[in-house]
Order: sequence, then structure tokens, then C-alpha cells
Amino acid sequence: MSEHRRAIVGHHDSSTRGTLASYVTGYIFSIYLTITAWLLVRNHLLQKTPLLILIILLALAQFMVQIFFFLHLGRERKPRWRLIVFFGMVAIVLILVIGSLWIMTTLRYRMTIPQMENYMNQQQGL
Amino acid sequence: MSMTAIVRTDDSKPLLGFWIYIMTDCVLFASLFATYAVLYQNTNGGPDGYQLFNLKSVLAETLVLLTSSFTCGLAMLAAHRGDRRQTILWFVITFLLGVTFLTLEATEFRHFVQMGDSWRRSGFLSAFFTLVGTHGLHITVGLSWMLIMLFEVIHKGLGRITIRRLTMLSMFWHFLDIIWIFIFTIVYLRGAIAP
Repeated sequence: MSEHRRAIVGHHDSSTRGTLASYVTGYIFSIYLTITAWLLVRNHLLQKTPLLILIILLALAQFMVQIFFFLHLGRERKPRWRLIVFFGMVAIVLILVIGSLWIMTTLRYRMTIPQMENYMNQQQGL
Repeated sequence: MSMTAIVRTDDSKPLLGFWIYIMTDCVLFASLFATYAVLYQNTNGGPDGYQLFNLKSVLAETLVLLTSSFTCGLAMLAAHRGDRRQTILWFVITFLLGVTFLTLEATEFRHFVQMGDSWRRSGFLSAFFTLVGTHGLHITVGLSWMLIMLFEVIHKGLGRITIRRLTMLSMFWHFLDIIWIFIFTIVYLRGAIAP
């Protein structure tokens, strides 16, 4: 019984498993990206805005590296449910983050005191 | 024969379920990141990230957590080979690295609070402690889970159910490392750029 069971366990779905090569590759890339971003910021090698864009791009690169080499996304067999749910998550996250920032920055624009004072000065009849 | 049929059902469904949980947890962190991004300039006369963060200790935390994610992968490779001793060894190393990470983070938090810069100081610090603290809480849960799984592997060996649980634990652990990349970049590195 136990031998029989073991044999079947042996060939269950291995498409979402890692290999030594995938973990080592992911680890080396991640360390490289982390230290690059850290050195760029510590030595302030660029102007503020390009530096900010670059470190965010490095973070996204490391995100892709770890999703691919550590979580093995995209290596599963069809139908690729994990990939579909992943894209759903990305869509919700983008709506949530960009939406919040958009609402709050325009709120700040409309609600800051100088703008309100200007508005009240223009509407003196009120 | 019916037994074979039960055994043959592979683990893709429970693992997909766990994957969906992880994706919803990403949404939780996204809302905390959005809150942080809205509030990080509201320092209320208190310190900002540039004055507060220690880049060296943050790099140490990041490398420790990244290495623990790697050793967790090595533990899973050993588990799939059926190598119990190596599985235990790599999970113990992962656990110790996780504890190191948590200690570094707790030291940082304690230092901030002692200097009077707790979550009550400003909107920025409330958002900071909520975001980083929620991640730290997840790490604590992950470490407790790892301890339980270590006992399970020691007592029961590497059965199919145990391997499935270990796979879920490793997915959770990799996910926490991925969230940390964004905390490292958006909170710490962003904060350390001179205003």
C-alpha cells in the first residue's frame, strides 16, 4: 500500500515546483537588484525624480524575478488559474493605489487654504 | 482502487485556494501602501523618513529576509526529494533568519518609540507603523507556522499532506519577501532620498 501510494505521489503535478537553478538564479538577481538600488540612493547618484523612477523600476524588476523564480508563476499547466487570479490582483491593486492617490491629491488641490480663500474672495457677494 | 482515486487527486486545488488567499493579502497591503503614500508628507512638525531611517540596518534586514526566502526554497527542494534531514536543516536556518529579521525590526521600532517618534507622533508615523507593523505581524505568523511544521516533519515525516502544507508555507514566506521589496523601496529608500 505504502509503496503504491508513494509511486503515485511521485508523479503528481510538478509544474509549479522550483529547481535548484531557479532558486539560485532568483537569489543572485534579487541580491544584485537590492544592492544596486541601495547604492544608488546612498550615494545619491541621480537627481531626485529620475532616482525615484529608477528605484521603483528596480523594485518592479525584483518583483518579477521573485514571482517567476521563487513562486514559479507562469510555469503551471493550462488552464493557468494562478496567472488569471494574479492579473485580477494586479488590476485591483492598480485601481486602489492610483485611485487613492488621484482622489487625495486632487482633494488637497481643492481643499488647501489659499484656494479656498481665493474662492471666497471671488464670491464676495455671498 | 477507490483509494488510488483519492490519492491521485493532486494538490493543485488546495494550492490554488491558498494562492487566491495570498492575492487578497496583496490587496490588503496595497491599501496600506496607498495610505502611506497619501500620508507620508504629513509629519506634523515631527521627523520625516530622511531623519529617521538607518539605511545600513534596513539593508541588513532586506538581505536577511531575502536569504531566508532562498533557504526556504532549498528546504522545499529537499522536501520534494523526500530528504527529511535536509528539509529540517533548511527550515531551521530559514526560521533563524526570520527571527533575526524580526529582531532587527523590533529594535528599530523600539528605538523610534524611545525617541518619542511612535505612531502617535504624526500621520506619517501612523501610516509607517501600520504598514511595516502589519508585515512584521505576518512574519510572526509565518514563523509560528514554521515552528509547527518543523514539529510535524520531525514527528510524521514527509507525507503528502505535510508536503502540501510545507508548499503553502513556502508560498506565504516568498510572498512576504515580495511585499518587503516594496516596503524597502517605497518606505525606506524613498524616505532616504534627500528632500
